[in-house]
Amino acid sequence: MKRISPRFLSIGCGAVYLFMYAPLLVLIVFSFTPTEYGVAWEGFTLKWYSEVFNNKNIQDALKVSLIVAIPTVLISTAIGTITAFTLYRYKFLGRALYQGALYIPLVMPDLVIGISLLLFYSSIKLDLGILTILLAHISFSIPLTTLVIIARMQRIDRTLEDAAMDLGADEWTTMWKVTLPLLMPGIVAAALLTFPWSFNDFVITFFVSGVGSSTLPLRVYSMIRVGVSPMVNALGTLIVVVPLIIVILGTYFDRRSVS
Amino acid sequence: MSPSAFWLLVFTMIPMGIVVYYSFMTRGPWGTVIFEFSLENYRQVFDPLFLKILGRSFKLAALTVVICLAAGYLIAYWIAFYGGRRKNLLLFLVILPFWTSYLVRLYALMTLLSDHGLINTFLTDWGLIDEPLALLHNEYSVLVGLVYTYLPFMILPLYASLERLDRSVLEAAVDLGATARERFFKVTVPLTKGGILSGSVLVFAPSIGEFLVPELLGGAKAMMVGKFIALKFLGLRHWPLGSAYSLLLLTMILALIFLYMRAGGGKDAFREQQ
Repeated sequence: MKRISPRFLSIGCGAVYLFMYAPLLVLIVFSFTPTEYGVAWEGFTLKWYSEVFNNKNIQDALKVSLIVAIPTVLISTAIGTITAFTLYRYKFLGRALYQGALYIPLVMPDLVIGISLLLFYSSIKLDLGILTILLAHISFSIPLTTLVIIARMQRIDRTLEDAAMDLGADEWTTMWKVTLPLLMPGIVAAALLTFPWSFNDFVITFFVSGVGSSTLPLRVYSMIRVGVSPMVNALGTLIVVVPLIIVILGTYFDRRSVS
Repeated sequence: MSPSAFWLLVFTMIPMGIVVYYSFMTRGPWGTVIFEFSLENYRQVFDPLFLKILGRSFKLAALTVVICLAAGYLIAYWIAFYGGRRKNLLLFLVILPFWTSYLVRLYALMTLLSDHGLINTFLTDWGLIDEPLALLHNEYSVLVGLVYTYLPFMILPLYASLERLDRSVLEAAVDLGATARERFFKVTVPLTKGGILSGSVLVFAPSIGEFLVPELLGGAKAMMVGKFIALKFLGLRHWPLGSAYSLLLLTMILALIFLYMRAGGGKDAFREQQ
């Protein structure tokens, strides 16, 4: 079968991958050089990293980010699991509508979500702060966790559940002893994938955070605004690399659960 | 009522209802809101400045789709047909950006394009240019930023439909005497229409409402509707007008998705998105 010249394709693809990754690679390389700019490699340094680790503002922002991300992961994964169960197990009136509505936040621009929550909080006189960020993160994470867990549910062998019932297990026992363990890798994957989602969110958080409740991305943004310090390269490198390790773990779980 | 229905109601539906409510109010002095019914904000939709910015956003989002489609089809095709054992790794590299900070990625792109960035430094060091090129703060840099951010959204659905494509159909085309070009445009492309459609919607919808890309890479000359709305809200504190503009933006996106569903793409869009 005659095909389009693979060499031509490979070069084009190489260029596209380069485009996708070059900026980050340059960022990472420059986080280890002593001078701010300059193409010449002027030696290796970790000073920007030590500056990052000793910066009080960054520590505070990291704390806020974790205080938000960890409960977000726990709560949205729990709600996502329950929702997936409901949608998958029960046929009820308006199920398709419910499922469609659930995914609305996924297609809404972040800007509109942020603005609508800002107006909502202001209407109920809730002061902007960690709580408002947390509530926002949970609401944009629920569709994500639900989606991941439903995808897993569709792959479980339902005859196992039938078998459990046939062997005398009631519905609860079947759920706890059969369905949930089968679903566990999907739940873990959802949790591990939600973490970077919450941790990295910028636009929505930008609208619903208050004074003194800056998350790490908001801190990075204000550092960029005041002027570029090489420290941002080091901080950016850490922000990209650390959650990636978590995601790689997540995908590993996801893969293993399929086999 | 299940917890997600509760959450959806309280943190998505009610806030949207409040946006609708605000969009009919008027602004008082110093950013306060006067709660009197008015259609004034919707009249402002025809403000020439707003229409111009909306038009530009539309144009940039459409160009983003076109570029992502070209680059994305190339990548997806290559992975699906020539990926071999590296298929999983190559796909993983496409998905990876989803899980990294998009702020940091855009910042990296911004420093690369800046006056003292790598590209300008190289060009001046080699004596190709005397003055750094103004690579930032124009429509081109915004376009580059949008493509950079949303390209993975295009590649994944394209890949999914190319992977599902029945290879024997391609062989049949060749057996019946189709040239490589004919086979591509008359068989491969029509059979992957679903992926093309999903990818285009998934790229277009977030691009047109994008806030951070024009904020970091665009200047006053490359204002997009997302940044414009944010300025109305945070800069001028004109909440009622900002609400009306947001609703218009959202309606346009939902209308687009509705059309896409009508076109038959909807069924597995979300599955492909994963």
